[in-house]
Amino acid sequence: MPLFDRKDKSRYTTFSRRTLMMGGGVTAVLAALGVRLYELQIVEGAQFRTKAEENSVNERLLAPLRGRIIDRFGVELANNRKNYRVMLIPEQATGGIEAALDTIGRIILLTPHDRERILREVAANKKFMPATIAENLTWEQYSLVNLHLPYLSGIQPEVGETRDYPFGATLTHVLGYVAAVSPDDKKHDSDPLLDLPGFRTGKRGVEKSFDVQLRGRAGVSREEVNAYGRVIRELGREEGAPGSDIYLTIDQEVQRYTVQRLGDESAACVVMDVTNGDVLALASTPGFDPNLFNVGIGPQQWRDLLTNDHTPLINKALSGAYPPGSTFKPTVALAALDAGAITPEFSVLCTGSLAFGNYVFHCWKKHGHGHVNLHRGIAESCDVYFYNVARRLGIDGIEAGAHKLGFGQPTGIEIPGERPGVIPGRAWKERIYGVPWQQGETLNTGIGQGYVLATPIQLCTAAARIASGTAVSPRIVRVVGHDVRARPELMRLAVSNEALAAVQAGMNAVANEPGGTAFQWRITNPGFEMAGKTGTAQVRRISREEHLAGVKKNETLPWKLRDHALFIAYAPVGQPKYAAAIIQEHGATTSHPHVQMVRDILLFTQQRDPAKMPSAYPVNAAASGGMKTHA
Amino acid sequence: MSSRPYAAARRTLTIGEKLLEVNWGLVLLIAVVACIGLAMQYSVAGGHLQPWAAPQGERFVVGLGILVAVALVDVRFWMRAAYPAYIVAFALLIAVEIAGHVGLGAERWIQIGPIQLQPSELMKIALVLALARYLHGMSVEDVSRPLRLLVPLVMIAAPAILVLKQPNLGTATILVADGVSLLFVAGLSWWWILPTVASVFASVPVVWHFLHDYQKQRVLTFLNPASDALGAGWNISQAEIAMGSGGFAGKGFVQGTQSRLNFLPEKETDFIFTSLGEEFGFVGCVALLLLFALVIGYGVKIAMSSRSQFGRLLAIGVTLNFFFYIMINAAMVMGMIPVVGIPMPLISYGGTAMLTVMFGFGLLMSVHVHRQVEIPRSTGAII
Repeated sequence: MPLFDRKDKSRYTTFSRRTLMMGGGVTAVLAALGVRLYELQIVEGAQFRTKAEENSVNERLLAPLRGRIIDRFGVELANNRKNYRVMLIPEQATGGIEAALDTIGRIILLTPHDRERILREVAANKKFMPATIAENLTWEQYSLVNLHLPYLSGIQPEVGETRDYPFGATLTHVLGYVAAVSPDDKKHDSDPLLDLPGFRTGKRGVEKSFDVQLRGRAGVSREEVNAYGRVIRELGREEGAPGSDIYLTIDQEVQRYTVQRLGDESAACVVMDVTNGDVLALASTPGFDPNLFNVGIGPQQWRDLLTNDHTPLINKALSGAYPPGSTFKPTVALAALDAGAITPEFSVLCTGSLAFGNYVFHCWKKHGHGHVNLHRGIAESCDVYFYNVARRLGIDGIEAGAHKLGFGQPTGIEIPGERPGVIPGRAWKERIYGVPWQQGETLNTGIGQGYVLATPIQLCTAAARIASGTAVSPRIVRVVGHDVRARPELMRLAVSNEALAAVQAGMNAVANEPGGTAFQWRITNPGFEMAGKTGTAQVRRISREEHLAGVKKNETLPWKLRDHALFIAYAPVGQPKYAAAIIQEHGATTSHPHVQMVRDILLFTQQRDPAKMPSAYPVNAAASGGMKTHA
Repeated sequence: MSSRPYAAARRTLTIGEKLLEVNWGLVLLIAVVACIGLAMQYSVAGGHLQPWAAPQGERFVVGLGILVAVALVDVRFWMRAAYPAYIVAFALLIAVEIAGHVGLGAERWIQIGPIQLQPSELMKIALVLALARYLHGMSVEDVSRPLRLLVPLVMIAAPAILVLKQPNLGTATILVADGVSLLFVAGLSWWWILPTVASVFASVPVVWHFLHDYQKQRVLTFLNPASDALGAGWNISQAEIAMGSGGFAGKGFVQGTQSRLNFLPEKETDFIFTSLGEEFGFVGCVALLLLFALVIGYGVKIAMSSRSQFGRLLAIGVTLNFFFYIMINAAMVMGMIPVVGIPMPLISYGGTAMLTVMFGFGLLMSVHVHRQVEIPRSTGAII
């Protein structure tokens, strides 16, 4: 390299020599790094590979606390309680599993069945995985275990959370229950929580329909685990979100009273606020204790529930579809008046039966009502009168009128399992049976028999609609977390005021005028009087011969063959606030116990007047629109 | 090797001629290394461009622009800018030091427009520039004269102490290494070097002996922060597991379990080399080290072919600076030295390091482009 400065020559020589020395140093360092790489990756590679494989992160889900279900006044209907349980960690049981079980067995009763299950569980899992010895211990048992803990090797007491229904069977059919996750649950739900051992999901009731909201979001604990799954340490934790609390429109006091009043009967009763559709009580008896399903129901208990002829597993209020019988008559009357098929003055001579074609249609009163107009027709529930009304109105008119009051379709209440019932019509019959509609069937439909089927919640809705003159629909869930559930705006029923007034007057006469079918069991407290309509749903066919010989009294028949007893009502008559409907299976007796039940329930509800009491909703549910009627 | 041996000495090259003079082979090599870095950024994000690979890619493109721009500027400009650059960098160091004391938080960063800069990173380049400038005027004999030697020693020690106080042992070490290396290649007498090295080694046990236990503990903790961290030595042992489990050929791209399962600390920055080791094994690591060696070789060659002492010193200083990064980072993640927080140049995620490294390569390239420029020694005497 030519240089322009002679002195620079020595500098350049030095620089070159020293730079080459540095280069040597650099090379040496890089070589040292290479040697270290060789040592790490080639010599010890296999060993480190094993370590890496042992290294893995386990994401353990942390179950969120399930949201509570709360009534309109803040009473907790479903909440979580501490679940005291005792676990066994096999590898820590120094004296062996059997010895550990013997020792703990002196504190907690362990059946041979339990021991077998624990040993099975221990055998199936890794030695450091805890096996459940016993759950749901009392505080005393749990304290005792803790007291003796120093002598109990391998025993680990734990506190978990479990669902609790403080009111037991009272609310079974409203709340439903939680139980272990079924394979079906996992088909439509990819929530990883479902794979968590011991996780519970809502089955039936609000627990099911709002399961996702109640469930909350899972937290995650990231743990370093070795190849055997043993937790080395926690790397991080992301807290989940607890489930939302759900506020119902139910008033636990009214619910409790209703269930108590239904007693041991196989019955269903719904109580509703007619101004907004708030369901205050929804009872189906007998119920069952939902806590059983959470803790684990025994096979005998399950068989008993399944074989009970009072069908405790069925929510009769929603899933029981019955012929409405005479409780359907106000609906037919309203439709006929509104359609102009009759006027309130329309009069019929009832002789106890009506011949139509080849058939004879009987009135429940064998010797007839004599001259009957609409008012008496409803009050005394004259079948012959309504055969005539139905004939004038026609099946199409009945169908349309019934749909207006909510029959033939689910009411949309937020509890799963609601049946739509049946309102027959020409198209319906053609579709189901493939044959045309018969005129005689119109007559039967007019008295709520034949094909007509309705659920108690539909009957209550119809009563509320007649009482309020609005197309009110039942609602049972008011607030989810902090969100008020929107309600559709209340529309006036598309019927004339005159027609509505005539039907209301008839229903008033049922309870409040002598001769009315419920007069004997009316509410006499001034200002609390109820209007209503009785009904009987025939369970067995009554042959022509029996009619001639005299229909057997219900009381003389076996329970299963007796007619169902129904009653719809609202109160007070002047300014209706509450409606109720009841079905008492095989309960048709001359003393009308079901009417007495509704009378008491409506009186109780009015005197308590939950609609006027300030609610405990976490947000101002009243301010969120749709509550006020336009009436 | 050049077709115009004296052209640059006689006249200034045009921009076009300068562009032709740029060593595009080295630029390509740098780009290849940077792409390996981007691939690793992509991998440690679990096979995603975000959050690291994409922004790092943008920075690299900016860095390439800086490299070429710096390369085209006459090396004499950089010589004139050397002392001002040093003064500015030093002032910034003091500024962050004061800011830290005033209580605005122990900031190592300053914000310049949209860019966050670490003055300690700038100082590495500024120190190399300033020392090259100072030593440019010195003959071999001059370098070893005590009074002449005092100035560069102060120039090295002052920023190193400030950086050490931040505390940033890694950068301080690099500053000292850069400075001492430049003195060495400038011809510092062995009569200075050997006794110093000997006395440093000799004094360590003596000083250690006189320290109190708690002071020893502090020193140990300071030298190896991991020992004090939760789960002593966990990070480095996880890094070794990542590296070692890669074996000969690695687990495959985006197949590294250690990084994806977050066993690796700072997997996208200081410990990225271990991810490379895990996924590409011994072969991948050695290949990267060879690429680095090639870059360093280019640097040495450029230094040796410069006609000015300033150019030589600047080129070798920048090259060695690059090397010290690699050396400290690789040794650190392989458990050979304590963890000191130095990134792997061109590979680790991080803006300042990327931009200063590319700026350094720009200076190296400027020396290359202007290798025929002769600078009179006398200019070196003027401070």
